[in-house]
Amino acid sequence: MAGHVSALALSHDRAALLESKQATREPAWVKALILTVALGFFFVFLLLPLFVVFSEALAKGWRVYADALLEPDALSAVKLTLLAALISVPLNLVFGVCAAWAVTRFDFRGKQLLITLIDLPFSVSPVVAGLIYVLVFSSHGWVGPWLIAHGVKIIFAVPGIVLATVFVTVPFVARELIPLLQAQGREEEEAAVVLGARGWQVFWHVTLPNVRWALLYGVILSNARAMGEFGAVSVVSGHIRGETNTLPLHIEILYNEYNFTAAFAVASLLALLALVTLVVKSWVEWRQGRQAGEEH
Amino acid sequence: MSQTASRSRVLPGFGLTLGVTLSYLSLVVLIPLSAVFFRSFSLSLDDFIRAVTAPRVLASYKLSFGMALLAAAINTFFGLLLAWTLVRYRFPGKKIVDALVDLPFALPTAVAGIALTALYAGNGWLGRYLEPLGIKVAFGPLGVLVALVFIGLPFVVRTVQPVLEDLEIELEEAATSLGAHRWQTFNHVIRPVLQPALMTGFALAFARAVGEYGSVIFIAGNIPMVSEITPLMIISKLEQFDYAGATAIASVMLVMSFLLLLAINLLQARQGRRNERRA
Repeated sequence: MAGHVSALALSHDRAALLESKQATREPAWVKALILTVALGFFFVFLLLPLFVVFSEALAKGWRVYADALLEPDALSAVKLTLLAALISVPLNLVFGVCAAWAVTRFDFRGKQLLITLIDLPFSVSPVVAGLIYVLVFSSHGWVGPWLIAHGVKIIFAVPGIVLATVFVTVPFVARELIPLLQAQGREEEEAAVVLGARGWQVFWHVTLPNVRWALLYGVILSNARAMGEFGAVSVVSGHIRGETNTLPLHIEILYNEYNFTAAFAVASLLALLALVTLVVKSWVEWRQGRQAGEEH
Repeated sequence: MSQTASRSRVLPGFGLTLGVTLSYLSLVVLIPLSAVFFRSFSLSLDDFIRAVTAPRVLASYKLSFGMALLAAAINTFFGLLLAWTLVRYRFPGKKIVDALVDLPFALPTAVAGIALTALYAGNGWLGRYLEPLGIKVAFGPLGVLVALVFIGLPFVVRTVQPVLEDLEIELEEAATSLGAHRWQTFNHVIRPVLQPALMTGFALAFARAVGEYGSVIFIAGNIPMVSEITPLMIISKLEQFDYAGATAIASVMLVMSFLLLLAINLLQARQGRRNERRA
């Protein structure tokens, strides 16, 4: 079984097969109804919001659009967003690979609990994620007073934004890798060790080639989340224009000032990032499908 | 037992990877999270109860949990239809639809928030047709619902889709050859197989919706007692520097997320076992 990764590639043939058989086919009117309702829902709830971002962004022409993106506050927001992603993505990449290796290559007590804990940041409200760092690092927090006395400011400053971004993107890489490594089993790596390969060699030459596409997708997805995080970052940022504003926070400020065109112009940048993420995802699934197909 | 233990030591890196995993998780996630509980203990029980049961806060639970439940239910229905369409039918643009289902995962919540507000406001593409009918979506509780439906949709589609893809055609053929109508086949053969995935998708969409902040605050209007969500109550306490109050509400939300996470894990473990049995 190639698994659900390659299912996309097969789904077209499978749909044709299912449509051709009496036993797996609905009456024509039922099929038409399901198609209309499902695609109608898709159009109204997913496609229209995407269209409206670009339509509003360009409502006053390309000039206004470009001005909104090239204004100094917008540029500093771009810089801070890139910085937060540049720190949090590599950290969580290393963590994700370590966690996936530990969880899928060894048996130990409490493994299931560990997997649950890795997913924890997904189920914590972003606002609570921001709050916990305020409780630790603010001037009323655990270590905040000591740090502030030594000249280190974390909350309402750049380090807080980076920390909050790291928190919300913890699970992404691990979550892409764990199911794949689990499905592939340990035999190939064990054979390599028996043949005398060292730890790094095993990982580099045996494991990595098998998981590189999933790894890439995990990185892309955590990057999208890192650049787009709003709630957690909003709590720790303090909203200092030109200093502690990321792109999503900049959008909020512009929007609350009724500067809608500029808000949507900045939003369109992030929407483009989302579209690129989805394209990479489709491409990764296609590559994985081909890889799985070649092995079978 | 000893066999599995010796087997697990064939590969190197156990100490290193587990060490990195545990220290990183503790530093970034667990220790900061524990701050919420230690801070709430610093409140007296009376103060804690007063903070988490203030009328405005109670109204926010009702809105957040009620709308999250409703949105998850809507997503379960339409998510199933979309997954069904993607697996079972051919239509032009199918690959694009399949890829765009994940849009709410990839689109920043603030972007979703202002886009939905622009659509449903009185002068928006949809709002201008809905408001004459007396349906006011933006700047009210319905707006909260719309935002939560948007962010929750991929959870249901992506949990149901693989199960539908693995469904054996032979089961349906057997049911049909035994004289079952299409609806009977769906109800008695297909639905029981889909049920765990549907429940998992529902739980995931619900869990995400309860804590959602970015996409909701733009469209909700944030009217006290009417359209304030619980995460917003935490923010407004923080803005008044009422850290204890904010922490108390946060601890209620955290306990809820832990319970939901536990439920989701149980559901997924059950689904996993079922799949193994079938394989």
